[in-house]
Order: sequence, then structure tokens, then C-alpha cells
Amino acid sequence: MFRPNLWRDRRVVGTIPDMLQMQREMNRLFSAMGQKSTQDYPAVNIWEKNGTAVVTTELPGIQPEKMDISVTGDTITISGTVQTEILAENETYLRQERDLGSFKRNIQLPFQVDAQAVEARYEKGILMVTLPRVKEDLPKKIKIK
Amino acid sequence: MVEKDIQKTENVSATERIRNVKTFVPRVDIYENKDALFLLADMPGVDEKTVDIELEKNVLTITGRVESGQVKDATMMYSEYEIGDYERVFTLSDEIDRDKIIANVKNGVLRLELPKAEKVKPKKITIQAA
Repeated sequence: MFRPNLWRDRRVVGTIPDMLQMQREMNRLFSAMGQKSTQDYPAVNIWEKNGTAVVTTELPGIQPEKMDISVTGDTITISGTVQTEILAENETYLRQERDLGSFKRNIQLPFQVDAQAVEARYEKGILMVTLPRVKEDLPKKIKIK
Repeated sequence: MVEKDIQKTENVSATERIRNVKTFVPRVDIYENKDALFLLADMPGVDEKTVDIELEKNVLTITGRVESGQVKDATMMYSEYEIGDYERVFTLSDEIDRDKIIANVKNGVLRLELPKAEKVKPKKITIQAA
């Protein structure tokens, strides 16, 4: 039976590495899609109120002492550790879904933050950080002569 | 950590709320010893007044109502997570002593202690203040 031998045809052989490369590229793109790294934990919502930014995030079950919030320039860093429930010897887990371990997240704001005036509140597992803008950074009103 | 670990899972099968809010599945840890079952549920935004626990026969329903997560007088600039109620239903295999159930909420985590027992009677559970 006669069949054209594809592997001997230079034109076809030449395209195979390209196709494989493209497939690898596609796989990488699609597998990375919708995936987030630990750097994105916890998820935040950012609000604005008269030049003050309010960052809220859901961090259930953390002792406030185990949380660390710091501000440098226009970046706020939230870090902390979620504590594990220490089980007694005769206790066994049937299901474990909650997030545990430590996290750290940097959030850059579009303005310089007045670090002295930053306030943080932790209520019902929700952290709310109020970040006022530095006075010198506020928009200035210009009078027209 | 993949996205499903960062984002809350929407509870699609939950009955719709009258208020236009989404319902999420709270993440839980369950552990047991020979006397009791312990359940911890992450429900940020709820407190002892807004959590509801019901045990009907062997079906345990946990619901949490979250007041709107709006920051007063502020406009949302950027959003990564959504705010909504919580609902999750479990079928318990062990029979639970309803009178001795202990529930409390602290820092948005509901903790339930369900002592194992013989008899099964429907009863609503009241929540202790944290």
C-alpha cells in the first residue's frame, strides 16, 4: 500500500517542534488562568471616602495579637498566622477545610499614607484598616487671580 | 494556594434569600472524640445574633446572616471578595444530645460542640454570647 511518508517530508517535520512549543505555551497559559498565589491571600476590598482609603479583608478566627499591619509610603502590609486547633490524643479530624498557616500581603495605594493616622479594627472576623492620605499629598485648590 | 482556596464558594443549592444577596458555603473543620463532635465554621461577618443553628432529626443546618459589608459613606474602588450570607447543611451519622449542644461565635468563627447521645428529638439551638 502506498502512503506518503510524512516524516520524510521536511516541511511537515519542521512544523512539529513549533506545534509542540505552541501546545506547551497554551498549557502554561491555561493552567495559570484563574490560579492565584499565596501572595493574593487574603482577598481585599478597597473603599474610598474623602481621600481616605479603607481596606477590608475577611480573616476569620485570628487573634488580633497574631496580626501585623504596617505602612511604608504608599504600601500597606498585612501579615499574620492562623492558629491550628490543637487536638487531644483521642480526637480525630473528619474534615479539614479552613485555611491555616501564615500569610502576608502587600497592597499598594495610589497615594502616600499618613502612617500616624492609620487605624485598624478587627470585628467579627473582618479586618478594616483606615488609611488617610498624607496632607501634603492632598490635591491643592488653586485660586485664579 | 489555588483560587478556590482564596475565594469563598458560592452555595448554589441554597434556597434564595429574599434580600438580594449571595449565599456562601462556610468552610468547616470537624473533629470528634468518643463523646462529642466539634465543628468550626469560618463565617466572617456574623456574630452570635446573626447565626442560626437547627438540628432536625439528624440534619444540621447552619445559617449566618451578614449585614451588608458596605463601609459607611464610602465608595468601593476595588473588590476581590463578595459579601453574602452563609448556609450549609450536614447529615449527622451519630445521634446528638440536643440539650447539651454548645455553640459560640468568636472572631467570625462558629464553634459547635455536639455531644453524642441516644435519643433524637427536634429542637432549635440557642447560641451563647461569645
